[in-house]
Amino acid sequence: MKQLTALQQQGRRSNSFRNASSPLDATVDGAIKSPATIFWLVLHGLCCLISLVLGFRFSRLVFFLLFSTSPSPSATTIYSALQTTLPSSGVTSTPERNISAGGSRVVVGRHGILIRPWPHPDPGEVMKAHSIIERVQTEQRSLYGVKNPRTVIAITPTYVRTFQTLHLTGVMHSLMNVPYDLIWIVVEAGGATNETASLIAKSGLRTIHIGFNGKMPVLWEDRHKLESRMRLHALRIVREQRLDGIVMFADDSNMHSLELFDEIQNVKWVGAVSVGILAHLGGSDEGELPMVQRDSNETDEKKSKVPVQGPACNSSDRLVGWHTFDTLPYLERSARYIGDRAVVLPRKLEWAGFVLNSRLVWDDKLEKPVWIKEWEDVDRDGEDVESPLSLLKDTSVVEPLGSCGRKVLLWWLRVEARADSKFPARWIIDPPLDITVPAKRTPWPDAPPELPSSAEKVIIIPESTEKRPTKSGSRRKRSSRSKRKHSAKVLDDRLSTRHPGDN
Amino acid sequence: MRIQRWVLAVILCIVFSSRIEAFKFQRTQQTERISGSAGDVLEDDPVGRLKVFVYELPSKYNKKILQKDPRCLTHMFAAEIFMHRFLLSSPVRTFNPEEADWFYTPVYTTCDLTANGLPLPFKSPRMMRSAIQLISSNWPYWNRTEGADHFFIVPHDFGACFHYQEEKAIERGILPLLQRATLVQTFGQRNHVCLNDGSITIPPYAPPQKMQAHLIPPTTPRSIFVYFRGLFYDVGNDPEGGYYARGARASVWENFKDNPLFDISTEHPTTYYEDMQRAIFCLCPLGWAPWSPRLVEAVVFGCIPVIIADDIVLPFADAIPWEDIGVFVAEKDVPKLDTILTSIPIDEILRKQRLLANPSMKQAMLFPQPAQPRDAFHQILNGLARKLPHNKSVYLNPGEKILNWTAGPAGDLKPW
Repeated sequence: MKQLTALQQQGRRSNSFRNASSPLDATVDGAIKSPATIFWLVLHGLCCLISLVLGFRFSRLVFFLLFSTSPSPSATTIYSALQTTLPSSGVTSTPERNISAGGSRVVVGRHGILIRPWPHPDPGEVMKAHSIIERVQTEQRSLYGVKNPRTVIAITPTYVRTFQTLHLTGVMHSLMNVPYDLIWIVVEAGGATNETASLIAKSGLRTIHIGFNGKMPVLWEDRHKLESRMRLHALRIVREQRLDGIVMFADDSNMHSLELFDEIQNVKWVGAVSVGILAHLGGSDEGELPMVQRDSNETDEKKSKVPVQGPACNSSDRLVGWHTFDTLPYLERSARYIGDRAVVLPRKLEWAGFVLNSRLVWDDKLEKPVWIKEWEDVDRDGEDVESPLSLLKDTSVVEPLGSCGRKVLLWWLRVEARADSKFPARWIIDPPLDITVPAKRTPWPDAPPELPSSAEKVIIIPESTEKRPTKSGSRRKRSSRSKRKHSAKVLDDRLSTRHPGDN
Repeated sequence: MRIQRWVLAVILCIVFSSRIEAFKFQRTQQTERISGSAGDVLEDDPVGRLKVFVYELPSKYNKKILQKDPRCLTHMFAAEIFMHRFLLSSPVRTFNPEEADWFYTPVYTTCDLTANGLPLPFKSPRMMRSAIQLISSNWPYWNRTEGADHFFIVPHDFGACFHYQEEKAIERGILPLLQRATLVQTFGQRNHVCLNDGSITIPPYAPPQKMQAHLIPPTTPRSIFVYFRGLFYDVGNDPEGGYYARGARASVWENFKDNPLFDISTEHPTTYYEDMQRAIFCLCPLGWAPWSPRLVEAVVFGCIPVIIADDIVLPFADAIPWEDIGVFVAEKDVPKLDTILTSIPIDEILRKQRLLANPSMKQAMLFPQPAQPRDAFHQILNGLARKLPHNKSVYLNPGEKILNWTAGPAGDLKPW
């Protein structure tokens, strides 16, 4: 017994140097093959076989029971991993609990590894844990986050078009995740429509949906002007309803990070954040982010090397100027109308990069600071208010946010389809599309583009189980040109992607 | 006149007590006061409550050892060295041994390291014996009480049992010469041979600057439910499992390795400290010994420690109410760990986090260089001060001997 334990103890703490000086040096003499040794070997082998069958090592247990002379305590419990018939506690132990000389209840020695019969997560507990996590995070936010968070008033100009659902869903989901109170003012060009209303109703937020007279123009120049007027219209609503909070401009094609909403809580009157400008070349090969040249002659408006618009600070974190996006390399290639295959350029300073305290547009004569212009001066029809800076008499009072403009908290990107591109209303295909010919071998984009008169490709709608009679002589119409709304169409990938600006 | 004075005194008392109440109320918003079984003692100042005399031992007991291997300053047993340095320049130190309440012997017994950095305890008994022989022959204070007013720092695995294997350590027991002295050790387990009554349990050394360097803003939401990094099976020394950690760590792995709430693995990520700050619960299971630096790390980073070690005695157990701060799980209940943790009421979890956020709590676990008020050094002194005044019975009559100087294995009696 002692020999065996000594052998086993030598295996521990693999550094054999340390074991060499252990007082219990084993003097194993394995060379002598006496009958006793052979007997022990055979017995040991037999016990190993039995252990294999049973699934746990019981040899130590047996030896302990038979030859227990050692004062040091050891207990053996059954290795339960292989036993599936064990009760839920996972242990059927021979309660060999020998108390050590010190009277300890906790026993030294080999213990079983307790495994419950179904060692997998329980969904109820996972849900409980998630609610605990959420509560802890709310507590964290209330302790370390913004004290007295103010309502966020998001102003979004929009209009019904192909890409509206894409953009508006993105903004909607961002706003739904904002942990503060939110009022969403959606200004729609061309009047309030049910399409937009149904879309924003899904958000569950408090929304103010107002229509604005005037169709969204096709030329980008005019667009920008109309959007500014729409935003002013929304500010008028803020003024009339005396909404209290922080006004931010969430254009529907922008991407906002949630940090932005935490950061704007710090604004006192007017704040500016850095906006990443992702001007891209629609459809052409060089779709990379432009690297802008630095023009060191400009002092007031620095043209930065990175595609960012925002406040510029000096080393003591005070506002000294503005970073703008250098549009010079692109002026020849800039897009003029929607869907044009060219770079869509931002204006010098986008509205989205500014946040205002809503009290600035209120009717109060007393509360407002001196550097804000009167509403009546600004709100004159026909004048183009390029950015919220026009509301101020003195632009140096703007507070730079996001560690003085070093953090880019939102991104500007204009992706739009052509003005005449069609799409199913509310993106519900009704009546379902026709199936003309089931495809046996679908040709993939490697295949050369096919002319309308040759082979067909079919989209199978899952809900229509019956096949309409096939119509040979395909009536493949380019969806973008079709006047018919939902007639039987066979949509060919290649044909519809010929114009990337199209739907 | 007298009545007026009494009225004034009563009014002042009421005012003072109400102010303290207001203080308490304000504090409970974000943190809570910590008071253990000994009362509200975490913030006590030991200066003026005790005097410590530091023996001047030859440098072969301390400085030379450290010079031979400077790794001793950064491993988890470094408390013995830093305590020595702290006492040398502390206001509680006295140069007059006649007025001293406690005597400290600076001998670094845990500084004989292997190539891997693990301390070898084989020479430690001899070293300690030799040091005690020195102080008993050069100064009369050891013989006066046979060490009852002396304290020693023994931060190794099983304290003054001087072995890393538990069975061997139990066999050896505490070094006989240290039976009457107060032992300041990291090991603590109830009803264990290697923990004397009256010992002071301290946290293992964790580098404070390193932890401070990895702090992240407290607004970062805690999104990990349970976090653990470390071994589950010690394949080198216990390949089958069942010996290491009494099978508890292996049980954690087998039961929860596919549970999304449990972020457990054996990796060594560089973001270990940052991840702890993003976790709500941090597991602190036993290993070969029940204590581990994980407890210190969990407390510093505000992660509720889940202690899986039966009968463990945690650091400064009389000053810190660990039951209120951490979660204790019996080793046999490990398969139900997820049920246990998810069924803790949310108010308790928030309360534990508030207690952990108390800066006194974090300070008490650290050994900063240089020492700061209310840190672990001061908690040790507080513990020593609470044991004063010494019982008259510890003072022996001249010539009276209680300790057996020849007890113990023969190897220990060799000179060092």
